[in-house]
Amino acid sequence: MKLHAKIYTGIILAFLFAPIVVMLIYSFNEAKSLSVYSGFSLRWYRELLNDRNTLHAVKNTFTLALSATAISTVMGTAAAVGINKLRSKWYRTAMNTVTDIPMTNPDIITGISLMLMFVFVGRLFGASTSLSFWTMLIAHVTFCLPYVILQVLPKLQQMDKALPEAAMDLGCTPMRAFLKVELPEILPGIITGAIMAFTLSLDDFVISYFTAGNGFETLPIRIYGMTKKTVTPKMYALATIIFFVTMSLLLVSNLVDNEDRRKLKEEKVRKKAAK
Amino acid sequence: MKRKLNTYHAALAPYSIWAVLFILVPLAFIGYYALTDNSFSFTTEHFVRFFTATSSITAEDGTTQEVRTYLLIFLRSVKLAVISTFICLLLGYPMAYIMARAKEQTQKTMMTLIMIPMWMNFLIRTYAWMTILQDTGILNNLLKPLGMGPVHIIGTETAVIIGMVYDYFPYMVLPIYSIMAKMDVRLLEAARDLGCGSFAVLRRVIFPLSMPGVVSGITMVLIPSISTFYISQKLGNGKFFLIGDAIEGQYVANNLHFAAAIAFILMVILLAAMALVKYVTTRYVYGGD
Repeated sequence: MKLHAKIYTGIILAFLFAPIVVMLIYSFNEAKSLSVYSGFSLRWYRELLNDRNTLHAVKNTFTLALSATAISTVMGTAAAVGINKLRSKWYRTAMNTVTDIPMTNPDIITGISLMLMFVFVGRLFGASTSLSFWTMLIAHVTFCLPYVILQVLPKLQQMDKALPEAAMDLGCTPMRAFLKVELPEILPGIITGAIMAFTLSLDDFVISYFTAGNGFETLPIRIYGMTKKTVTPKMYALATIIFFVTMSLLLVSNLVDNEDRRKLKEEKVRKKAAK
Repeated sequence: MKRKLNTYHAALAPYSIWAVLFILVPLAFIGYYALTDNSFSFTTEHFVRFFTATSSITAEDGTTQEVRTYLLIFLRSVKLAVISTFICLLLGYPMAYIMARAKEQTQKTMMTLIMIPMWMNFLIRTYAWMTILQDTGILNNLLKPLGMGPVHIIGTETAVIIGMVYDYFPYMVLPIYSIMAKMDVRLLEAARDLGCGSFAVLRRVIFPLSMPGVVSGITMVLIPSISTFYISQKLGNGKFFLIGDAIEGQYVANNLHFAAAIAFILMVILLAAMALVKYVTTRYVYGGD
């Protein structure tokens, strides 16, 4: 890289990392101030551990993210398998278009549209408030599904189509052929999709904000409430922890992907050697 | 024995039903709410209100002025989103170019580095910028020993733009980079052999070839920045209401029908904007094909 390219990259990265560095440093700040640093302390991490509401929100966030991930991964994988084999061009185009909608629509539109429907249906049944854990779960599954599908579909397309047929010719039932032959092939895609769904659900604020019930508070919603009032470095401590959890998850997904690539490479070498 | 097609349709069925119920039907509800009043009878009052409601604002010199409330909010959203998108493009294009020309290992590292900020919750990202940009904040503390400043940024449109550029910058760089990384190097060499200077290669070869990446980058930055509702509240001190803030405000005030109408207008505008971006690029960049 030339010198001016290095300098430019440095400036951009400084801009990108400035808020992260600020957050990290001030989460260890002794004083309550968010702009004057007065010494290292774990005070805010300690206070965080004693904050019941926040811990409860953490639990809620994980419950929601895990449930949304489980449902969207299973449903999304099945959908990808189905879409991959669609013969009707019309059906295929329709599925692709619909799958694109939650990804291209602004979050606020997705959130508002689901909220309006939930409120309407709730009123039909005479409920005063219809927003709850379940409406949030539906919303999260909805915006996670496209990401799972788009991770699994390419793996299915790359796969040798003769493999499952061969398995069935050799006496496997269709289900067994899927589990023994196709599933291992597309597993890296499923895992990446699941991790994406999990991190998206963990991080989502806008859609959750519109579809959340009063009794169910997730972390981003709690953070939103906290930033409306006076903010203490406790919030930065919390953000630092979430940040590292997300980062380690991504690292795992990267390793899975690399492992996948390494296996592919090995296979190529082996094939060449066989020739 | 071949698996029957039915098996695949069965696998797809849950998602098909889900997509209709929770993607398509809710969108129809936006239209339904937008065109009805509280007792669900047909009305266009929300749209009339959007285009005609007025309020008076007091300028800094003390004069008051009658303005169209929502039209003003809407135009401001478009203005700030377009400026932010343009800055992202201006800063992101060279970044993508540098990345695409780097060594493979460096490319991977840079990509990870650019993605990392996206994994910090966006509320916190925005809040951290507040800490930096405040009048007594970190930026001014850094500028003071250098004999510069203090600069007043928080609560201005500049602060909102900084927030938007920061939040959506990776969405501009990554699509442009992924197109540039796949570019055939021989084309660039050929252009050089045929007498192009560095700038001519950039303008005549690299730029047109990278256009699909630019278009998807613009789309991916414009959509979230036009519809955001937190950045302006925090970094603009609530002075620069954007269309997203308007929707959120109506939702909080439980005016669901009017919120739906604003959302509906936002959706229509976005579709029009996307069509325009596509038209302009095919017409003027690819010469009409």
